[in-house]
Amino acid sequence: MENLVNIFVKSIFIDNMIFAYFLGMCSYLAVSKTVKTSTGLGLAVIFVLGFTLPIDYLLENYILKEGALTWLSPTLADVDLSFLSFIMFIAVIASMVQLVEMVVEKFSPSLYNSLGIFLPLIAVNCAILGGSLFMQEREYTSIVEATAFGLGSGVGWFLAIVGIAAIREKIRYSNVPAPLRGLGITFIITGLMGIAFMSFMGIKL
Amino acid sequence: MKEREPLFSTKNLNLLRDPLNDSNPITVQVLGICSALAVTVKLKPSVVLAISVVAVMAVSNVVISLLRKSIPPRIRIIVQLTVIATMVILVDEILQAFAYDVSKQLSVFVGLIITNCIIMGRLEAFALANKPWPAFLDGVGNAAGYGLILIIVAFFRELLGSGTIWDYPLFEKLGIFTTGYVNNGLMILPPMALITVGIIIWIQRARNRKLIEEK
Repeated sequence: MENLVNIFVKSIFIDNMIFAYFLGMCSYLAVSKTVKTSTGLGLAVIFVLGFTLPIDYLLENYILKEGALTWLSPTLADVDLSFLSFIMFIAVIASMVQLVEMVVEKFSPSLYNSLGIFLPLIAVNCAILGGSLFMQEREYTSIVEATAFGLGSGVGWFLAIVGIAAIREKIRYSNVPAPLRGLGITFIITGLMGIAFMSFMGIKL
Repeated sequence: MKEREPLFSTKNLNLLRDPLNDSNPITVQVLGICSALAVTVKLKPSVVLAISVVAVMAVSNVVISLLRKSIPPRIRIIVQLTVIATMVILVDEILQAFAYDVSKQLSVFVGLIITNCIIMGRLEAFALANKPWPAFLDGVGNAAGYGLILIIVAFFRELLGSGTIWDYPLFEKLGIFTTGYVNNGLMILPPMALITVGIIIWIQRARNRKLIEEK
């Protein structure tokens, strides 16, 4: 249990998807104009990450990894399908996003309308594929750990996008130099937020 | 019969030239920042990633452009992702075979070329509606514009952060360290990549005022 809390907290603060790895920057920069839409997108990302990572974990350990197919028949012990992982992961992500879209449309049309185009865009949000690939690289030992990592990364991404959206709402009233307006200042603010988040880096969990 | 357009007409050359400045994918279109910034600590991995993106993008643009009449619009995203993912797997395998140390340094970022919005973005916006040759030029141009920013950022981060260029200890050879100069460790850390790009945007827009955003 303690281990799970560690993974969760670590993926929120220390290995934050945005500030430490720049994953999901495109939608982060494009959607962070108001707090309301960013909250919706952030929640959707948490949801998709929390569901995709366990599925990818199962895929990785029961189909793709070297020797993972032994449960099917012992003769398949030396089959290594790991080169297929990109294509399998992206297929899982695309279908999960499709599923989320259908569920949200069915049960909460108002949320569906407010998210609009951003829901399908989650499929190309690098944070999701990045999360899957990091999970593969760090070799988590159980599906519960993978889920904790997924949820933690999602929450970290959520915090980052809501934070920048709040700052951007306020900065509209200040006098930014003309060439920096919009994109430029957002980059620099994100950099400064990243420096702030770096204070968590020394913490060993 | 309609006269054929020359291969390098002005229109086609503009496809190649525009992304380098006026419609640069990173600083103007805001595409493909995801996988770009984390690899720019050193020049070498950045150049390798830039070349990989040029290869993936040129080929997938041409493939999608050839298939553009037979892809049903409803499933186009998954078709595009499949084409891109196949190309990226090829690039990844080639890198692992011929440049293993760089491929280790790039770690997950080779795979992340798949979700690099620049590729999906150009496929959606250009390749689906144009002939293969313009699509090829558009792909090369945009990937080059992306690579250009990557290399500029990596140049400054490596020079100021570690005092080297392409692992060549430039500052040490020039004897700058004896004057009391020390490397700025902050440049190696991730947040400085964002600030460097912010400054590049600032310089670019100050020189090219039509890019300035409305308030």
